[in-house]
Amino acid sequence: MEKIAIVGLSKSFGGKTVFRELNLTLDSGGKTCIMGPSGAGKTTLLRILMGLECADGGIVTGLEKKRFSAVFQEERLCEYMTAPDNIRLVAPAAQSQTILRELACLGMEDCDSLPVSALSGGMRRRVSILRALAADYDVLFLDEPFKGLDDAVKMQVIAHVRERTAGKTVLFVTHDRAEAEALGAKLVMPFYTREPVGES
Amino acid sequence: MSRSDIRLWAVLVWLAVWQAVSMWLDSVILLVPPVKVLVRLAQLMWTAQFWQAALSSALRITSGFLLAVLAGSLLAAAASRSRRVLELLAPVMLAVRSVPVASFIILALIWFSSRNLSVLISFLMVLPVVYTSVLGGIKAVDGQLLEMASVFRVSKLRAVRYIYLPQILPFFDSACSVSVGLGWKAGVAAEVIGMPKGSVGERLQQAKVYLDTPDLFAWTLAIVALSLFFEKLILFFVKNAVPRLWRMRV
Repeated sequence: MEKIAIVGLSKSFGGKTVFRELNLTLDSGGKTCIMGPSGAGKTTLLRILMGLECADGGIVTGLEKKRFSAVFQEERLCEYMTAPDNIRLVAPAAQSQTILRELACLGMEDCDSLPVSALSGGMRRRVSILRALAADYDVLFLDEPFKGLDDAVKMQVIAHVRERTAGKTVLFVTHDRAEAEALGAKLVMPFYTREPVGES
Repeated sequence: MSRSDIRLWAVLVWLAVWQAVSMWLDSVILLVPPVKVLVRLAQLMWTAQFWQAALSSALRITSGFLLAVLAGSLLAAAASRSRRVLELLAPVMLAVRSVPVASFIILALIWFSSRNLSVLISFLMVLPVVYTSVLGGIKAVDGQLLEMASVFRVSKLRAVRYIYLPQILPFFDSACSVSVGLGWKAGVAAEVIGMPKGSVGERLQQAKVYLDTPDLFAWTLAIVALSLFFEKLILFFVKNAVPRLWRMRV
């Protein structure tokens, strides 16, 4: 399967270098967790890969004509819409029964008729995760997707994501090693010059 | 001040003041008492001419308003997509905003007939208000949602319907609310100067010529009522009918 190759990628904002000459090869059809300290440029890297940001230099291959899906750091939901409608917005072919079943899987049985603005932060996060899973995609980008979930719910959601993304290409960004391990993702640390000490 | 600040007692106080001043002046030409205005309005409402004039003016002014809403929205959409269009339209909108309405009316009378004058004047008054508000609304659309739509390849049509329109609607609503009254005032002013046959403006002008103050007040009251009616009608449509388009299931 074609790999995703990042060669000599550089990015700076207003003269401040985010990363320079970044090289990375990611497996297609598997889960890869990109770890790095805060401010290292993990989100910027994902944004470049998703086509939301232009790199100053370098090339990325293996993502041409690929369909993307994503969980952003923010939920990015249409506030006045219900959870099923937010999911249907990106997955028009999704069956209502399937959507309701998926919501129930993550403990949101009775939330299908409320606008997402009325849901709690944790519920909104779960809706954004289900939305990403429901879309047709070749590559799924997860940018700190489990932020704001309490531990019990987090483990339930990670197990759900792990099951639903089996065999899919997933690029996952976090600073929590335990999340990466629970998701079954291969760790890569392009922003560290050596193995970090004391990561949880 | 909003309309919700208006209380019946305050209106009654001012009506009493009006009645007292008109009694003190004791001249129907200078100041007609409020009761006489209502009586005259009731008399006018029993005539076919009143309804013909009201409908004729309402049709023209509302046409100008609707055309301006359509043009203002489309131009704002174009300007939001292209810097060149934005720059091209900026001086036009500034000129339309800055030039006194009387100048437009006189110019229009030189160039065209007075028949559809109120359509043009209402259009010119409403256009920059709608354009500016809708453009502001488009610029204020949440960029993060647009990025989400781009990553998920949400079609342009669905993005417009479910992301753009709900966020632009409050701006559009406010523009309509402000400009519908503006359109009526300017449209009637144009009719007063241009005097198209069978219009409300012509009736007002005749009332002035014959010093028929009860008619002047009665027609003014009719214009205010018509303006309010159309404002309510248009805002009802904007607030209820338009959102139904995207509140339907996705």
